Amino acid sequence: MSETVAPVTGVQKGRRGLERAVIRFAGDSGDGMQLTGEQFTTETAWAGNDLATLPNFPAEIRAPAGTLFGVSSFQLQFGSQRVYTPGDRLDCLVAMNPAALKVHLADLRPGGLLIVNTAAFEKRNLDKAGYAQNPLDDSTLAERYRLHAVDMSGLTLEALKDLSLSANEKERCKNFFALGLVSWIYTRPLESTLDWINKKFAKNAVVADANTRALKAGHAFGETAEFFAESYEIEAADMPAGLYRAMTGNRALAWGLLAAAQRSELPVVYGAYPITPASSVLEELALHKRFRIRTIQAEDEIAAATAAIGAAFGGAVGVTCSSGPGIALKGEAIGLAVTAELPLVIFDIQRGGPSTGLPTKTEQADLMQALYGRNSESPVVVLAPATPGDCFYVAYEAVRIAIKYMVPVMVLSDGFLANGSEPWLIPDLAALPPIEVKFRTEKEGFFPYLRDPATLSRPWVKPGTPGLEHRIGGIEKQDVTGNISYDPENHDHMVRTRAEKVRRVGQEIPPTSINGPATGDLLVVGWGSTYGAITAAVERAQAEGKSVAAVHLRHLNPLPPDLGHILREYRKILVPEINSGQLVRVLRAEYLVDAVGFNRVRGLPLASDEIGDAIEQLLRSQR
Amino acid sequence: MSATGAGAAATPRYTKKDFESDQDVRWCPGCGDYAILSAVQKSMPDLGIPKENIVFISGIGCSSRFPYYMNTYGFHTIHGRAPAIATGLKVARPDLKVFVVTGDGDGLSIGGNHMLHVLRRNVDVTILLFNNRIYGLTKGQYSPTSELGKVTKSTPIGSADRPVNPLSFALGCGATFVGRTVDRNIPHMDEMLRRAAAHRGTGFLEILQNCNVYNHLAWNVVYDKASKLQHELRLEHGKPLLFGPPDDRRALVMEGVTPRIVRAKDVPESALWVHDEKNLNAARLLADLFAPDFPVPIGVLADIEAPIYEDVLLEQERRAIAERGAGDIAKLLTSGDTWKID
Ligand SMILES: Cc1ncc(C[n+]2csc(CCOP(=O)(O)OP(=O)(O)O)c2C)c(N)n1
Ligand code: SF4
Ligand SMILES: [Mg+2]
Repeated sequence: MSETVAPVTGVQKGRRGLERAVIRFAGDSGDGMQLTGEQFTTETAWAGNDLATLPNFPAEIRAPAGTLFGVSSFQLQFGSQRVYTPGDRLDCLVAMNPAALKVHLADLRPGGLLIVNTAAFEKRNLDKAGYAQNPLDDSTLAERYRLHAVDMSGLTLEALKDLSLSANEKERCKNFFALGLVSWIYTRPLESTLDWINKKFAKNAVVADANTRALKAGHAFGETAEFFAESYEIEAADMPAGLYRAMTGNRALAWGLLAAAQRSELPVVYGAYPITPASSVLEELALHKRFRIRTIQAEDEIAAATAAIGAAFGGAVGVTCSSGPGIALKGEAIGLAVTAELPLVIFDIQRGGPSTGLPTKTEQADLMQALYGRNSESPVVVLAPATPGDCFYVAYEAVRIAIKYMVPVMVLSDGFLANGSEPWLIPDLAALPPIEVKFRTEKEGFFPYLRDPATLSRPWVKPGTPGLEHRIGGIEKQDVTGNISYDPENHDHMVRTRAEKVRRVGQEIPPTSINGPATGDLLVVGWGSTYGAITAAVERAQAEGKSVAAVHLRHLNPLPPDLGHILREYRKILVPEINSGQLVRVLRAEYLVDAVGFNRVRGLPLASDEIGDAIEQLLRSQR
Repeated sequence: MSATGAGAAATPRYTKKDFESDQDVRWCPGCGDYAILSAVQKSMPDLGIPKENIVFISGIGCSSRFPYYMNTYGFHTIHGRAPAIATGLKVARPDLKVFVVTGDGDGLSIGGNHMLHVLRRNVDVTILLFNNRIYGLTKGQYSPTSELGKVTKSTPIGSADRPVNPLSFALGCGATFVGRTVDRNIPHMDEMLRRAAAHRGTGFLEILQNCNVYNHLAWNVVYDKASKLQHELRLEHGKPLLFGPPDDRRALVMEGVTPRIVRAKDVPESALWVHDEKNLNAARLLADLFAPDFPVPIGVLADIEAPIYEDVLLEQERRAIAERGAGDIAKLLTSGDTWKID
């Protein structure tokens, strides 16, 4: 088989899906961190999670404010299965002042969520914490962690501005703002805290009101600022040697495009309209003009897609990006790229739907939209990254295939990958396959739809090339000449040709790698961000001596040429997805196999335990 | 980096024929689009641009078939989206001379949003909006420029919505060149095509076009000899706004902030309204005028300069590269916070 980008094997060993989180609230001893932690613990117990806590406060009864030894903290670990310890490495650190940041930052894992109260980062506090410079002023924190710098004091004062309390008293409610915010992020119910406030301050209605408002303001802030919680959890063991950096999925998509721009020596025109969780790709690319990345914040998703198509017509790499609702709007334009046979890359960062749905939650329910969500016979290539860092390779591969086959390529990422961060082995650029760009310039024998015999792609001609002036468009055209044609046989031929061109992308797919025995009782087939959870579940089953293997699909259209054969090597097939059964339908239709779905659509990643249970069940069933 | 300048020195001598494609033209016999096509083809040699650097982009509609008939690069796209396609093309290829051909439905109904934004951004493209006040291709439903009460197949007892005025719309969107011409006034159309194409930034030209099948003589006010004599107001930069027959000339004057019609001979020359293409306030007033109460302005309403979207974007890119060098992915990957695992 021909060249392909680094497969998802190897690097990912030891990765687990998020089934637990370790959170630490840290602040000055006067900041009420113990109370905040306790309330969060109650909310978590209400949510039905197992948990373990670790309060930690200064020995001094009244330690001086703002100092390192005056820092107080509360840590807890919670999870959907048994939790035995408060945890070691933090997934989330809330630092209410510079001293808290200084003391606790080392425990936060790279890529973890870091929330700081910017209001406390002023000269006096920085001095006391021993910071010569404000650590929020340079980009180091933002690069290593998912930093959210929030003026919690200011926002709290604003929320309470009409209450008859002193500014000091109002400011002290900021711990409830922090609690509300973190409760939003981890989907904790607020009821228990609201109850507590009402009881505790039954005799002081103003204070009860103030704390309630601060709590709700923090919660609302999380919602409007669209904070994402789910992220990757990595076990430090068995990681391959090399140079690492923290990488989120959206940044990896952006950097994959930068690599493709540099390798292809073409400008990239990136059209997008802001939407959660896709916007950060646009924002990241806008930083990198030196790579000849030209970002257009378009008036809507249709314009974003069509601008990218216009750019592709002009000989640039056209890329557009959105989430499900925006991809729906782009449908007609993608059809134009299908029939005009222009390269176009479309990123879909899936989120919960339908309609606005759950903007900050993850889902895998756009697979059918990617495969079939356009009018008529309108096939496109569909790829899906498995981890945040894998987004880099998939973005690069999408550009390479789009250009080589003159075809639209859709990449299905999701909110989990987009915002998730992982320690990422920095890629070996020399190992990336070249992106070959051949603009046709010779006049002799030119026709707009003359096809390359191996790829069936038509010639890419840049306007400005003398003697090759031609017209293309959305109307059906005669093969080879590209002239408008309403001939029935020609249309049938073109429908088949466009499909065959996509099918030939199968030439690019390396042999499918199987995690486990090549034949056995059960095969788990997955795609996209469920990779970690599936791998963990399958490896656990293998460790228990079960005859279980896993295959994770990066290519969803066309499917790997060897997949049909692999599926027949197992007695049962399980397809876990965060949708109500989309890939499983495709596999059943395509291969006539009795594949069974495992489906949960909660806006959350699947947990490896529940996949493990599904494996067990299916192994035991008579089916 | 003017497209008009690019390669002008080496431009071959063209004739109209060089811009005629080999495709059969499929408009209804008698359609106003023929005259426009002919005028556009005739105007091409005067651009002084090698024809491989010229691109026609269109949406969907009778009018939007236009690119097939031009022997240049062309892209017949989807309904309403030509301005967005053209924007992407210009960002990728600012060196090209790009025309957008659209209709009143394509450009002001389904594509109204894109029209707004291409004008606001002042992308360097020339937009030809064929306004026949009807949906031609879909066989005669009313359009957003059809008059209130228009009886069509989809509005058997009259349309209920008021029309949009393309010129007022364009000016409201911040257009930097706004003009109007008429398919049956060939010399005027020639001149307006030349003016619109020469403009740097978005050139918006409304062409009053006859759909003889579904909306015949919708623009009779400027076709019929007698009516034209009464109503056509030729806008000429630096000239007073005069119209009407020679023996009964009328003048357009301002009374406060309201345009009024007076007998030309009744006003002193100093009180005449002298047309100024640089005056957007005046252009907005003129754009709203129409028969029967007012004359119908024909010509260039406004022609001003403003920053061009792709110029600004590409200047940012040039500066970034000049200051910090071309991007290098290898450097970027290892920049910032990294750590080793052995
Ligand atoms: C998405 C979509 N909706 C509707 C149509 C049908 N349609 C094609 S052209 C047209 C109207 C064209 O009117 P106009 O832009 O005024 O062009 P004309 O034919 O009058 O030149 C419509 C509604 C379409 N092609 N695509
Ligand atoms: S329907 Fe009208 S606009 Fe369309 S080609 Fe016929 S006459 Fe021209
Ligand atoms: Mg029309």
